Amino acid sequence: MSLQMTEGGRPSAVRLEQVSRHFGTVHALDAISLEIADGEFFSMLGPSGSGKTTCLRLIAGFEQPTSGAIYLHNRDVVGVPPFDRDVNTVFQDYALFPHMTVGENIAYGLMIKKVPKAERERRVQEMLELVRLPGVAKRKPSQLSGGQRQRVALARALINQPSVLLLDEPLGALDLKLRQEMQIELKAIQQRVGITFIYVTHDQEEALTMSDRIAVFNQGQIEQVGSPAEIYEAPATSFVAGFVGTSNILRGELAQHFMGSPEPFAVRPEKIRICPVDASVPAGTCAVTGKIRDVVYLGVHTRYLVELEGGTDVTVIQQNVQETSQSVLVNKGQRVMLMWDKVFNHRLSVRVEV
Amino acid sequence: MPSKASFGLKAATGFALLFLHFPILVIVLYAFTTEEASFTFPPPGLTTRWITAIGEREDFWRALALSLQVAAIATLLAIVLGTLIALATYRRQFFGRDTISLLVVLPIALPGIVTGIALRSSLSLFDVDLTVWTIIVGHATFCIVTVYNNVVARLRRMSGSLVEASMDLGATSFQTFRHVVLPNIATSLLAGGMLAFALSFDEIIVTTFTAGSDDTLPIWIFNQINRPRDRPVTNVAAIVVILITLVPIYLAYRLTQDTRE
Amino acid sequence: MALVSQPAQTPLSPRNPVSRLRAVLALWGRYLWQNRRALLYRHPNIALVLLLLLPMLWMIVIYLGSISAMLVQSFFSVDDFTGSVVPRLTTRAYIELFTPSHLDIVARTAGMAAAVTITCAVMAFPLAYYMARYATPRIRGLMYLAVMIPLWSSFLVRVYAWKLILADEGIITWFLNAVGLGGVLDAILGLPLIGGRTLSFSFLGMFLVFVYIWLPYMILPIHAALERVPKSYIEASSDLGAKPGYTFRRVILPLAFPGVVAGSIFTFSLTLGDFIVPSIIGNSSFFIGRAIQSHYGTSGNIPLAAALTLVPIVIMAVYLLMAKRLGAFDAL
Repeated sequence: MSLQMTEGGRPSAVRLEQVSRHFGTVHALDAISLEIADGEFFSMLGPSGSGKTTCLRLIAGFEQPTSGAIYLHNRDVVGVPPFDRDVNTVFQDYALFPHMTVGENIAYGLMIKKVPKAERERRVQEMLELVRLPGVAKRKPSQLSGGQRQRVALARALINQPSVLLLDEPLGALDLKLRQEMQIELKAIQQRVGITFIYVTHDQEEALTMSDRIAVFNQGQIEQVGSPAEIYEAPATSFVAGFVGTSNILRGELAQHFMGSPEPFAVRPEKIRICPVDASVPAGTCAVTGKIRDVVYLGVHTRYLVELEGGTDVTVIQQNVQETSQSVLVNKGQRVMLMWDKVFNHRLSVRVEV
Repeated sequence: MPSKASFGLKAATGFALLFLHFPILVIVLYAFTTEEASFTFPPPGLTTRWITAIGEREDFWRALALSLQVAAIATLLAIVLGTLIALATYRRQFFGRDTISLLVVLPIALPGIVTGIALRSSLSLFDVDLTVWTIIVGHATFCIVTVYNNVVARLRRMSGSLVEASMDLGATSFQTFRHVVLPNIATSLLAGGMLAFALSFDEIIVTTFTAGSDDTLPIWIFNQINRPRDRPVTNVAAIVVILITLVPIYLAYRLTQDTRE
Repeated sequence: MALVSQPAQTPLSPRNPVSRLRAVLALWGRYLWQNRRALLYRHPNIALVLLLLLPMLWMIVIYLGSISAMLVQSFFSVDDFTGSVVPRLTTRAYIELFTPSHLDIVARTAGMAAAVTITCAVMAFPLAYYMARYATPRIRGLMYLAVMIPLWSSFLVRVYAWKLILADEGIITWFLNAVGLGGVLDAILGLPLIGGRTLSFSFLGMFLVFVYIWLPYMILPIHAALERVPKSYIEASSDLGAKPGYTFRRVILPLAFPGVVAGSIFTFSLTLGDFIVPSIIGNSSFFIGRAIQSHYGTSGNIPLAAALTLVPIVIMAVYLLMAKRLGAFDAL
């Protein structure tokens, strides 16, 4: 059995081949194929119902695929129950055992494997330090805050030294500040421990922040797999363009004019500059006139809604480097010219085979 | 919306509560009367000699011991069977699930005499002797539902991800049951068991048909009631029964309250 | 730990069918043993069957089996000479069921059950209403306990208590005499149907005891149904201009009705089958439970006893069907 490698030359941690999961007539996953390399921080991004959680559960072993093959480190695991897979999960609701202390929760996996008590306790302390929660071993989960419980869940999973860690929207219940802190911490822990993290989320900012690579799910299929920059700068389909960040999708006459064919293309709002109507247009630049319909001041940047001559609406985002709320809000109703570099136009297809 | 009840409502409520509880007080009162042949009120005198009198009644103590024994074993059987059914039915819908729930409730939903006569007819049809075990089997059958209801309710409240988490961490189904599920349902199991104990201890209708020459305590009391000798002794026995059944009921109540967070 | 795949088809050389069977079984046994950890997980239906095997065997054999045995025996005949039950099929027991004396018994019992049910509903409702709407959570907990305790404490003892209370020389007589209403009691006892020799040997006495015993069974479902009426309904009703009485009649009562029906299932069914209360409190006339017991015990007429037992079953089946139509099962 040869060791199959991913494109990057790293050993394959998880591989799905044409995996489908059907519930009667509902297709939660439709013949998806995926390969995740060892040591990656890999995110599965998508709206609810897109199949990302189902995919995670298939890897964990809580569900079996209707068809297709799943390999963990090149070993076929279809039919293998979760307790026999070298994979651990951090659940969305943490799933901490309420009748056990924090220490007992974390040591659970070791207890099942009959690790002697002294070693168990030593490793629990190690884990608590890793997740920065020293001294709570004797408490019960109900006595901890949401953020603390989340770290305990992480410790409980990591202590078993799995080769792959699955995280199912673990930060969903936390407030924004805490979430942002935890994102940085999770990434740091992953790099320190060095194992593969597979992370499910519907928050595209989260995915962009933490991941080495992202798979964008939609309606049971994968629309695109790539690094955060690729996903953002070069969205393959209109769904990806619209889901990850905002995007302007232009088609018809404008597309014909700029791209030579009427198929839709996307351009990111922050790439567009607002200029006076009579400004000169340099080479390699797309330009179109319109009227500012709406201005939203967002502190760091301002979002403009511009109505073009043909009737299309375009969103433009500009950083408020030197502007105040007063000066930007005054722009409403003005006629302006929008300019952006031609290189930022990206052709879109409905769905791309990855 | 008025936040205070009308006087009429309060009066009706108070009357109903009084109605529910005053007969028990009467029993206690009559346990101390000096009059032994009839139920004269007010009692001509008060004495405690019936309490010592019951100490000499061998048949009472035998009946008490038998009732406790039957209740204990029937409760154990009910706990095992009821928990098995609860574990099977609490999560997944499958063909016949509703029928099973109905079947479990049936022994207690149909009048006791139906269960009694039914059991007795099959025993006589197959020429089985009436022993302590026939009593126990009858009791266990209708006690299953109290355990089942309690455990199923608790299981449904248990988060499903707990079982998945346990398996994810390496525990098989058996290990998961032992380390995660069982501790979680322990209180409801006990509460159901307590209720089953009280139910069995007090049961008379089905027992009349499944007991041979053995007297459980309710049967003993029933025979006593129709006999005019040493009447107040019956009352003392009645107080013993009340106390013994109150304890498990109260415990069951506390057990279910504690987990209802 | 790799999953062991199914045993491949090896050429089975032993020609002896027995040793061939043994070889196959050995292969399967090894497969099952090596995959024992995963098997229950991969085949949850097997786990289901294993869980249900013991209890279902118990319920079906012991309970359903007994009911079938009873049904079968209702078609047996009683030998006229020896008085013993003979397995010769006949419908004689059922024919006997329709004689006036038996129909009388059924009517009497059903009538009592109906009277008890209605009275219980009337008595239970104010208490359940208070518990659901006016009691603070602490008081409600205490009241709940106060209703549960009589429910679970000894049935026999509670009936016995009433024998003391209703006795000729007991509390009620003493009380009525003390307030000068002794004559009223005698007048009531003189009434044809409900009266009797003394209170403790009359229908009136039985009626009082039944109401007392089954009252908690009526209180709890009504309370549960009333608790389920959202406060917002009542507020909306008064917001739209309805007086409290109107709100009660048109909003609360209909919503609580399924609870009343649920409670009535208990009171009706329990009264139908009971023989303890008529034995202790009643007079010489029979109720269904007593009749069954007497047919069984004293005359050994098992077929008739079995046939008569079917009567409460049938009545309750019909009652339950009607109750289901009225939505009582949502209140349970």
